Amino acid sequence: MTNGLLGKKIGMSQIFAADGQRIPVTVLEVGPCTVLQKKTTDCDGYEAAQLGFQAKDSQRINKPEMGHFKKTGKGAFAHVREFELTDECAVGDQVTCAMFKPGDRIDISGTSKGKGYQGVIKRWGFSGGRATHGSMFKRRTGAIGQSAWPAKVIKGKKMAGQMGNVRVTTQNLIVVDIRPEQNLMFVRGAVPGAKNGLIEIRKGIKA
Amino acid sequence: MNIIDTLEMEQIKKDIPRFKAGDTIKVHVKITEGEKQRIQIFQGVCIKRVNRGLGSSYTVRKMSGAIGVERIFPLHSPSIDKIEVVRVGQVRRAKLYYLRNLRGKAARISEKRMA
Repeated sequence: MTNGLLGKKIGMSQIFAADGQRIPVTVLEVGPCTVLQKKTTDCDGYEAAQLGFQAKDSQRINKPEMGHFKKTGKGAFAHVREFELTDECAVGDQVTCAMFKPGDRIDISGTSKGKGYQGVIKRWGFSGGRATHGSMFKRRTGAIGQSAWPAKVIKGKKMAGQMGNVRVTTQNLIVVDIRPEQNLMFVRGAVPGAKNGLIEIRKGIKA
Repeated sequence: MNIIDTLEMEQIKKDIPRFKAGDTIKVHVKITEGEKQRIQIFQGVCIKRVNRGLGSSYTVRKMSGAIGVERIFPLHSPSIDKIEVVRVGQVRRAKLYYLRNLRGKAARISEKRMA
């Protein structure tokens, strides 16, 4: 099987542990995903499985994509991603959330919520200047470098710009509970992205 | 109903008695010590209720000697065995924070007359 699969973020809630402790959880709809294609070392230079998630109306698929989905014969899918292989699987196989169990450590990748073009205070946590008493330095960046040397702005300098709407991975999240019959998974803590956003769930690399 | 609501409904307790701020209540709390489990009773005046679905809670205030002690309990927590209403109080506010500044006779709450 693969080392992960695709899912959707439903939202956040809480679960009471047996000892009365409140656990904050994110509810995820995970899988089922269908193996659409296998990438092999001979043909593609690497080993992977291509998974499809959530059925899509075949009227809304263009011809080249439809041709690809027809090879599997399981209908069209809205989301397609590649995952590493951990052991054998065949095209047409189903991957479900039953591959995880409560207590597992997982990594989740998603697209974070977009915040638009933001200044340095919100984007990088700069402290800013004084608000009153004639201050002309309220939310400005300040100096961004030296003069004669290096005579340029160093790459990666923290400045204003687009914040959010980037791929974010949160590592080492704990699986609190799993309901394979409903394809639901409860993960302790927050998961990147908005509700209904697509997420990739993988076995934790630090686990 | 959406998935989150269904999930929270499963955990919501249905057998909670009616009580409001001003009522004197006994809270039976399960306490686990090693392997043994026993029940401790915390009795006092409910000074606040927070209604937030599964996240609902209430605050109970009691005088332990001369020192006021307040505990916040989650309404639907499985570690609460049961809640008993001892006395129904007559109050004119939903949050009885003013009790914190009163002591002795002044901190009494008159009982509600059932007509």
